[in-house]
Amino acid sequence: MNVQWEIKAYIVDNILFGDGERLEQDVSFQESGILDSTGFLELITFVEERFGIEITDSELIPENFDTLRKMSDFVERKMGARAVA
Amino acid sequence: MCGIVGICKLQAGRDVDLNTVERMMRMIRHRGPDETGIYLDDQVGLGHLRLSIIDLERGCQPIHNEDQTLWIIYNGEAFNYVELRRQLEEQGHRFYTTSDTEVILHLYEQEGPQCVERLNGQFAFAIWNRQSRELFLARDRVGIRPLHYTLHNGMLIFASEVKSIFAVPGVRRELDPVSLDQIFTFWTVLPGRTAFRDICELPPGHYLKVSRGTVEVKKYWEIPIYGREEQLDLPVEALCDQIRDLLIDAIRIRLRADVPVGGYLSGGLDSSGVAALVARKFNADLNTFGIRFEQENFDEGTHQEQMVSFLGTKHREIWATPELIGDLFARTLWHCEKPLLRTAPVPLYALSGVVHESGLKVVLTGEGADEVFGGYDIFKEAKVRQFWSRRPEALGRGDLLEHLYGDVFRDPRTRPFLKSFFARGLDRSDDPLFSHLVRWDNTSRTKVLFSSELKAAVGSVDSYEAVRRSLPDRYGQLDVVGKAQYLETMIFLSNYLLSSQGDRVAMAHSVEIRLPFLDYRIIDLAARVPSRWKILGLNEKHILKKVLGPVLPKEIVARRKQPYRAPIVNCLLSGRQRDSAAEMLESGAIRRAGFFDAGKVSRLLEKLQAAKNPGEIDSMALAGVLSCQILHRQFVEDFATGSCSAVRPDMVVDKRSGVTVAALA
Repeated sequence: MNVQWEIKAYIVDNILFGDGERLEQDVSFQESGILDSTGFLELITFVEERFGIEITDSELIPENFDTLRKMSDFVERKMGARAVA
Repeated sequence: MCGIVGICKLQAGRDVDLNTVERMMRMIRHRGPDETGIYLDDQVGLGHLRLSIIDLERGCQPIHNEDQTLWIIYNGEAFNYVELRRQLEEQGHRFYTTSDTEVILHLYEQEGPQCVERLNGQFAFAIWNRQSRELFLARDRVGIRPLHYTLHNGMLIFASEVKSIFAVPGVRRELDPVSLDQIFTFWTVLPGRTAFRDICELPPGHYLKVSRGTVEVKKYWEIPIYGREEQLDLPVEALCDQIRDLLIDAIRIRLRADVPVGGYLSGGLDSSGVAALVARKFNADLNTFGIRFEQENFDEGTHQEQMVSFLGTKHREIWATPELIGDLFARTLWHCEKPLLRTAPVPLYALSGVVHESGLKVVLTGEGADEVFGGYDIFKEAKVRQFWSRRPEALGRGDLLEHLYGDVFRDPRTRPFLKSFFARGLDRSDDPLFSHLVRWDNTSRTKVLFSSELKAAVGSVDSYEAVRRSLPDRYGQLDVVGKAQYLETMIFLSNYLLSSQGDRVAMAHSVEIRLPFLDYRIIDLAARVPSRWKILGLNEKHILKKVLGPVLPKEIVARRKQPYRAPIVNCLLSGRQRDSAAEMLESGAIRRAGFFDAGKVSRLLEKLQAAKNPGEIDSMALAGVLSCQILHRQFVEDFATGSCSAVRPDMVVDKRSGVTVAALA
């Protein structure tokens, strides 16, 4: 399973409606105008459900979520933590 | 209030065809159901449709001067016509009606193009000088009344609404790519443009002259800008007195009519203030009209009811249900002639229908107060973001935004995201567009749906740069709130609020709106009031609240401004509207029109159909795509002049060679 690939597919399908060209792994979601707050919530809900993790409010900061790479790194860390627990 | 149409040949030649003028007129019969008149000679044809408000008996147009060298067709009101007429009579002018129209004609005769600077009102008119063969078109300062034109086949063709121009054979009908790009950025086009290719709107505060085959457009009024040293350095109480006196006078002259004048009442500060001043000072027997929503977050019913019982007005309301909005969306677009990213014009279209059924032709509204006195959240947002930009690392400064956008910040899960969202562009606080870039960037997300053809047609045109270029030199003297007010007035007020939520949806049912807060004397005075009195801390319209406080219930003054909005997705995609929306949005129709990517539109629809709480951007995208499709159908594919009933003119003045008698039909 490739976390980053799945997150990207979700964004391309549901937020960019199929237009994935701009979405490199270090493109800032906010700077590039890809996400608004609703899109952000949709994405978080998808990630929680798809990868079976719970994200606390205090973790919902741009440092964890502003690019594909940051996001997949964060999700993988959370999944790793869950596996250890 | 009325509708006007006209054709002017730039070079003498064949005369103007009577049938063409009639065909133009029938498209806008709604603007003037009471009387119609036509003037024709070898160079021009002028058509007028009248909604009789002043001088019901004798005001039929076109109206002429003493020696019949000047002819006018006029849409609007010059509220100070009583005073102007007195002066003109002293100067020897003779009148054959008691209308304001005739006053304007003689004022033009006396002063030439500068006459527009003397008018206090809302107007679009055309004056033909048959001696000098010059045509003069003018539009009011802020753009309350519409006026469109195009150059086609050696003719200047003009009309209150675009559909009349399209009634002239051979005029190209096509949505304009750059205009679409602007609408999907600013919610409307920039001044001078329309949604259609090659069709211009005379910008607010401009006039146009046709003389010896050339067309000249000139600005006569500018949104006032006063530097710090020119602002009024008076105690706030003295400022309040000046504003109160002027507001009462602005209302007084806007009650001039030979028919009863009603009022729109939303329950907000501005319309409540106008209604209260009318009821207290001029007419206790006031008819008011309000919009109700089933969804609590849109509805202001409690406050409307409070005002109605406080003032004892005769009140009527409409319920803007999702079915009603869905049913009337296409009809509203036919009148607005512009794609909409919102559905808010639709309830206003329905409301004017109720005014019409009640037998009224004129209503006062509170529109304009937010622009003039600093009512919008975007002004406060600009203030906070500028304060924050001085120390971007001080995140606590961004917390102030929570006071503005409490609703969206309430969810702890999105709060950090939102804060960093508003922190975008903090390093651009010296950009003239600083206050609006967050909003415009956000709206521009909808352009992800544009087809590659549309993107290519827009090309490298930069709409932000177009705005920057249009700003006057003095703009730099404004503070951050003043700049935001300027942009809001120039773009959103003139080209959206006064049009799609103003003239178009009111005149659709032959109703004239009058807007006391947009009296140019009030705009000018407010521009000299220091910003701190308009938005004190983060308290919007502070000074206006002080002015209106004594005539309003405390709760109305104290309540937080609620933006007027209407629901979108459930109105357009469910109920009776569902099937027609599906037809307009199916892939074949999308490809035929060519503006959007059919695959992306399908994905958007799937997402919206599954969404419990559709997002703001997706909702705007839906309204935008659907309205482009509908307009394309109405104005490009299926445009039919025959569907409107024929006009039988009450008066035809025919001065074409070979036609010697002025005929009364």
